[in-house]
Amino acid sequence: MHYSLSDMILDLFQNSIEAGAQRIHLDIVREAEELKVCLKDDGCGMTEGELEKSKDPFHSDGIKHKHRKVGLGIPFLIQTVEQAEGSFEIQSEKGKGTLFSIRFNLGNIDTPPEGDWAGLFFQALCFDGEYELIINRKIIGEEGKVGEYLLQRSELQDILGNFNESGAMILLRDYLKSQEEELLDQ
Amino acid sequence: MAKMTLEELRKLRSSQKSEMERRDVEGKEIHIIVGMGTCGIAAGAKMALDSFLDTIKSNNLTDVVVKQTGCMGLCYSEPTVEVKVPGMPDIIYGNVDAAVAKEIVEKHIMHKKMVENHIQDKPAGDIIK
Repeated sequence: MHYSLSDMILDLFQNSIEAGAQRIHLDIVREAEELKVCLKDDGCGMTEGELEKSKDPFHSDGIKHKHRKVGLGIPFLIQTVEQAEGSFEIQSEKGKGTLFSIRFNLGNIDTPPEGDWAGLFFQALCFDGEYELIINRKIIGEEGKVGEYLLQRSELQDILGNFNESGAMILLRDYLKSQEEELLDQ
Repeated sequence: MAKMTLEELRKLRSSQKSEMERRDVEGKEIHIIVGMGTCGIAAGAKMALDSFLDTIKSNNLTDVVVKQTGCMGLCYSEPTVEVKVPGMPDIIYGNVDAAVAKEIVEKHIMHKKMVENHIQDKPAGDIIK
């Protein structure tokens, strides 16, 4: 079990990177007591059989970890959603990509805390490699008041250059924190 | 912290870059690689990463590359961190909390002295490429 929802989403995001995705969309939308997460990638995708196997906590393809069975993180999602009245749907097509649509019930006492979204975005943006990542973070408040911000990896890279360089990383972290703080203050 | 605009971010980055060019650090890069697998995160790797960045910033170090990697196969000693400093052997440190991360920057990187009691062996065989 993950301590927070953001850590769990990082696990799923890492799968997209390792599936060779070139373009990833991540939507994190909170409305009242519901948190909707949508993660869409154009990675290698899974067949129906592979998708079924991915729900086994100890299934892995044996390529990344030859002698270890460490799973894909998907069982953690299933466990959390099932115990805390949420729901999820996974659509995957071999060679095309994978789509996760998840709904967490924040009103259920067994749902883990949301965690650090700015920290998740920071990590998701800083993986090695060329990929586009578009993040849409939104909070829909009472009476339909909407606060949101959009992050695009290519745009941030254009400004900061290589994210692995510590100076760029520090600025990126500050930038993301300021976006999230402003959103939560609204 | 007031909300930063992309334009402000661009300005901060360009002033930072001109400072770096003045110091001429090319080819003398130091690498810090933080294990950010599920095991690392569960053990506090995010706090270690934050502490690395804060200590790098407070000491005005500009020649450091910070990367995140997946599980290094040393889950029992997470958070694990690999540190590469030119002229020194590559070291993998284990059980790196925020305080140890600060110590690694101040001792290992700034004064070329390894941090005792946190040095681990090489990563597991299935991780080395």
